[in-house]
Amino acid sequence: MRVFHVKHVDVVVVGGGHAGAEAAHAAGRLGARVALVTLKRDAIGVMSCNPAIGGLGKGHIVREIDAMGGIMGLAADAAGIQYRLLNRRKGPAVQGPRVQADRALYRGAVQAMIAANPQIDLVEGEVVDLRVDHGRVCGVVLSDGSEIVASAVVITTGTFLRGCVHIGDRSYPAGRVGEAPSIRLADRITDLGVGFGRLKTGTPPRLDGRSIDWSVLEAQPADTDPVMMSFRTTVPQNRQVACGIAHTNARTHDLIAENLHRSAMYGGRIASSGPRYCPSIEDKIVRFSDKPSHQIFIEPEGLDDDTVYPNGISTSLPEDIQDAFVRSIRGLESVRIRQPGYAIEYDYVDPRALRGSLEMRDLDGLFLAGQINGTTGYEEAAGQGLLAGINAAHSATGRGSLMLTRAQAYIGVMIDDLTTRGVAEPYRMFTSRAEFRLTLRADNADERLTGLANDIGLIDADHRAAFEAKATALEQARVLLGSLEWTPDELQRLGLRINRDGVRRSGLDLLAFPGVNFDTLAGFSPRVAAIAPQIGAQIEREAQYRHYMKRQDADARALQRDAAFVLPGDLDYDRFGSIPTELREKLRAARPETIDQASRIDGMTPAALTLLLGHARRAQSREAAE
Amino acid sequence: MDTIFAPATAQGKAGVAIVRLSGPEAWAAVARLTPRLPSPRVASLRRLSDASGDLLDEALLLLFDEGQSFTGEEMAELHLHGSHAVVKAVLEILGGMPGLRIAAPGEFTRRAFHNGRLDLTQVEGLADLIEAETQAQRKQASRVLSGAIGARAAEWRGRLLRGRALIEAMIDFADDELPDGLIERAVDEIRPVLASMQQELAGSAAAERIRDGFEVAIVGPPNAGKSTLLNAIAGRDAAITSEHAGTTRDVLEVRLELVGHAVTLLDMAGLRESADAVEKLGVARAKARAAAADLRVFLLPDAGCMTEVAVEDDDIVVRAKGDRVAEDVFKVSGLTGEGVEELLAAIGRVLGSRVAGAATITHARHASGLRVATEMLERIVADGGGAGREPELIAEDLRSVIHTLDSLVGRVDVEEILGEIFGTFCIGK
Repeated sequence: MRVFHVKHVDVVVVGGGHAGAEAAHAAGRLGARVALVTLKRDAIGVMSCNPAIGGLGKGHIVREIDAMGGIMGLAADAAGIQYRLLNRRKGPAVQGPRVQADRALYRGAVQAMIAANPQIDLVEGEVVDLRVDHGRVCGVVLSDGSEIVASAVVITTGTFLRGCVHIGDRSYPAGRVGEAPSIRLADRITDLGVGFGRLKTGTPPRLDGRSIDWSVLEAQPADTDPVMMSFRTTVPQNRQVACGIAHTNARTHDLIAENLHRSAMYGGRIASSGPRYCPSIEDKIVRFSDKPSHQIFIEPEGLDDDTVYPNGISTSLPEDIQDAFVRSIRGLESVRIRQPGYAIEYDYVDPRALRGSLEMRDLDGLFLAGQINGTTGYEEAAGQGLLAGINAAHSATGRGSLMLTRAQAYIGVMIDDLTTRGVAEPYRMFTSRAEFRLTLRADNADERLTGLANDIGLIDADHRAAFEAKATALEQARVLLGSLEWTPDELQRLGLRINRDGVRRSGLDLLAFPGVNFDTLAGFSPRVAAIAPQIGAQIEREAQYRHYMKRQDADARALQRDAAFVLPGDLDYDRFGSIPTELREKLRAARPETIDQASRIDGMTPAALTLLLGHARRAQSREAAE
Repeated sequence: MDTIFAPATAQGKAGVAIVRLSGPEAWAAVARLTPRLPSPRVASLRRLSDASGDLLDEALLLLFDEGQSFTGEEMAELHLHGSHAVVKAVLEILGGMPGLRIAAPGEFTRRAFHNGRLDLTQVEGLADLIEAETQAQRKQASRVLSGAIGARAAEWRGRLLRGRALIEAMIDFADDELPDGLIERAVDEIRPVLASMQQELAGSAAAERIRDGFEVAIVGPPNAGKSTLLNAIAGRDAAITSEHAGTTRDVLEVRLELVGHAVTLLDMAGLRESADAVEKLGVARAKARAAAADLRVFLLPDAGCMTEVAVEDDDIVVRAKGDRVAEDVFKVSGLTGEGVEELLAAIGRVLGSRVAGAATITHARHASGLRVATEMLERIVADGGGAGREPELIAEDLRSVIHTLDSLVGRVDVEEILGEIFGTFCIGK
C-alpha cells in the first residue's frame, strides 16, 4: 500500500492565474495557511491574452483590488511599459487607468509577491477530486493520488474546464495553447449538480515584431503624464514605449470573407456564444460589412521580447489564411506569425449557484472565482479571486463573510450581476453597469475600501500609514475649503464671473462650477495654495459631482439598508401563502440573500417584499437575542 | 430620503378625502399651501391655496412630529372635501414640489416598518391591502398604456434607450473607432421626446383619458343582449341595439354611479371571429379593454358558452336574455329588467371590496414623473449636450429620467443598452 504524506492547510487555491494569485495572497494576508496548487509553477501570473491591464471599468476594479491590499495594481506597475489614462478628457468617474504590461515582468512580479507571502505553499500538480464531508468541502485530491486537507477550497481554473482550442478545421482539447485542459475536475464539479454552460473566446495570432515595418504604422505614444495603476506606486518603473496602429483594408476583408467557411466559428464547429464586445475579425467583417477598415493596435509584449500582440484581429481561421490576411495589412506585408490565433471553448459554472461571498450555495467551503464563473478579463478574475480568498479564509477560521454591495464597489456590482442574473456571454465590466458610477471612481477606491480592508486585516503597515496620511490630508483640505467663503462681490474682484445673488460660496461650492479648478482657489488663498497638489486634485475630482451626490447618497443608503436585511438561505417560501405562486417559484430559484436582492427580482411586488422584510427583521432580532 | 404623499382614503362618494405626507419635507410642503401651521396633533381648519393664491379647499390639517407618527417620520394629513377635482389638484401641486413624490404602494407601511413602528403581525395583515393597492394601480397603469399614451410612451422609451446607448458608447468604448458627434445624435433622439412630453403635460388629453372610478366590462358573444342590458342599467339609449349580430362595433362607454361607486360600463363588441375588418378591429379592442377592466360581467346565452376573455376571480357570470331562460340560474334580461337589480347589487359587492382611487394616483404619478423628466431633458437639450457638461452627467440624467418614467416606459436594462451599442457600432479590439 502506498502511503502519501497528507498536507493540512486552511485554504486550498486551485489555479495560479489572476484569480488564484489574488485569492491565495488575500487568504494568506488574513493569516490562513494556504496551498496554491497549479499545473505549472512558472505559469503563475501569466497573461494568456492581451498584454495590458486596466481600462474602463477594468481599471476601476484594479484600483479596488489595490485598495484592498491586492496584487494586480502593483504587478501592473512593476511591468508597465505604456501608461494611458482612458477618457482623460471626460470626467473622473469614467476615467480608466490602463497600462501595457511586459509579460515577463508581470509574471515575475506576481510570483515574487506570492513567494514573499510566508503563508502560501506552492504545490505543482493537477487537482482531480474534491473531498466532501457532511455537506462541507474538506480537501482536494491530486492526480498523483496525494491529498490536501483544507477547511475551504477556491477553484480558479479559468478556461481549463473541458477547454477545447479551435484553429480552422483543427480542434483539440487544451486549457490554453500548449497546456492540457482539466477534464476530471470538471467531471467532479458536474457531480455537484451545478448548472454548466459553454462559452467561447478568441485570441489573435502573435507576430514577430522584427518583421513589422513600424515606420508606416501610426504610433500611439504613452501618456506624458502617466497615471499609475496602484495607489502605492508613484512613477513608472520601466522605460516607456509606443504601440502602433495598423488598419485592415478591402483586400484583408475579401480574404476573410472568401474563407469564412474555413473559420471554426463560421464553419459551424463552434456553437457556444462569444463576447459581443470582443468580436473576431470574421464577426466584424460579417456584421459590419459596410465598414471599409478596422483598426488594429500593435502592442509589444515586453521590453526584451519582440513578440507583438495585434489587438483587434482575434480569429479562428486556418493558419494559411491568417498568414495571408495579416500580410495584406500595410506595415505587416512580410510579417511572421509566431503563434496562430485561435478560438477556445470552455465550460463555466452558472454563477447563480454562488452566494455573494462566491461560496457555493449548496456546498459550504467551496468557492469559485474567475472565468469559471463566466467572466472574461484579468481584472474581473482578480477581483473575484480577492473576494473568494478573503471569504475562504474567513470560512476556514469561522469568521463571517465579506460582501460588497453595488453601492460600494465595481467588484460588488460584478458579483451581484453574476450571482443574481447569471451570464449569457462572457461577462466583462463596463462603467455603464454601475448605477453608482459617479461615486465608484478609480480615484477614490482607497477611500471606499481601504478602511474596510484594514479592519479585517488585509492591509500591511506601510500601506496603512500611507492611507491614513492621505485620508487626514484630504479631510483637512475639505474642512478648509468648506470653511473658506467668498461673496459674489469678492469673487468678482478676484476675476470670477458669478451671479451677484448675494450668496456666499465656499471653496467646495466653487469647485463645482465649470471653469473653476483647484488652482483658481489656490490663487485666492495662500492656505489653499499650501495643500499638496495630489490632495487638491482629489478634492477637485469629488467636487465635480457635488450636485449629483445627494441623490446617489440617498440611493446608496437605501440600498445599504436593504442589503443589511439578510434572508435565511433555507427560507421556505411556501409559508408565504399570500405571495403568488409564480413569484414564489422565482424566489425559490433565485434564493435572494438580502432584501435588496429580493427587491430586484423581476415581478417582485411591494406586498411580497413587505412580508419578506418582516421575516428578515424577525430572523435578525431572534439572532440578536441569542 | 424623499418625502412621499398619497391619498389615504378610497376615492368615491365619501365626504372626506385624506391625503397623507411623510418624510423630512412633510410640514414644509404643507406650509406652502397655507401660511400658518397648526401645532402638532391638534386638528385645525385651514384654507389651502396654490402658488398663485387661488383657493383649493378648506381643509382640516393634522401634523405629527417625527417619532410620533404612523411611519415614525414627520407627517401631515390633509382632510379635504371629497371632491375628485380637489384631490387631483392637491396631488398635482404636491407632486410639483422639490423632494416630494407620490408614494409607491405600501410605502408608508414599509417606512413604518423600517422605523420599528409595526410588528410582524401588523405587517402581514397589511400585506393583503398593499397587494390590492398594487393590483389596482397596475391595472390602471396598463389601462392608460393601452391607449394613445402607450404608443407615445413606447416611442419615448426607444428614443431614450438609443440616446443613452450613444452616450454610453462614447464613455465605455473610448478606445474604439466611434463616429464623431455622438452627443449631438443623442440630443437629436431626445429633443422629440421632450417636445412630446411637454405636449402631454400641457394638454388635458391625459386627464380625459384617465378616468377615476372602476371599469366594468360587459362581455358576451354577439347578440347576447349586452347593449340592451347596458341601456336598461343606464336608463337611456347609450348603445345602438338591433336584432342583428355585430351591431356594436367598438367599445361603448357609459359613466354612471352604481351603488355609491363611480363606474364606467363598457359595452363590448360581440366576441366572435369575424371576416369584417372593421369588426375584427372592434373585437381585438374589446378583448384588450375587457381584460384590463376591474370587473367583467359575462353575459352568456347558454350554460356551456365560452368566451375568449378569461374569467378572473370575482368576475360575475350571468345567463343572458333571462326572459327566455326557464332554469333557476342567475339570469338577467335587459328587455324586461328581470335580474338587473340583483346584478347591480352583485357588482356593488365586488367593487366594495376593491381599492379605489388608483386612477388619480396613476395620473399624479405620471404627471409628476413627466414633470421631473422634462426638467432633466430640458437641461440636456438646452446646452446641446455639450458646453462643458461631461457625458457621464448626461448619462446620469438620462438614467434618472428613465427610472422616473419606469411606470410609463418600463424598465430599461443595462443589457438592452449594451445590446443597442453592439448592434450599432463595431466595438472591440
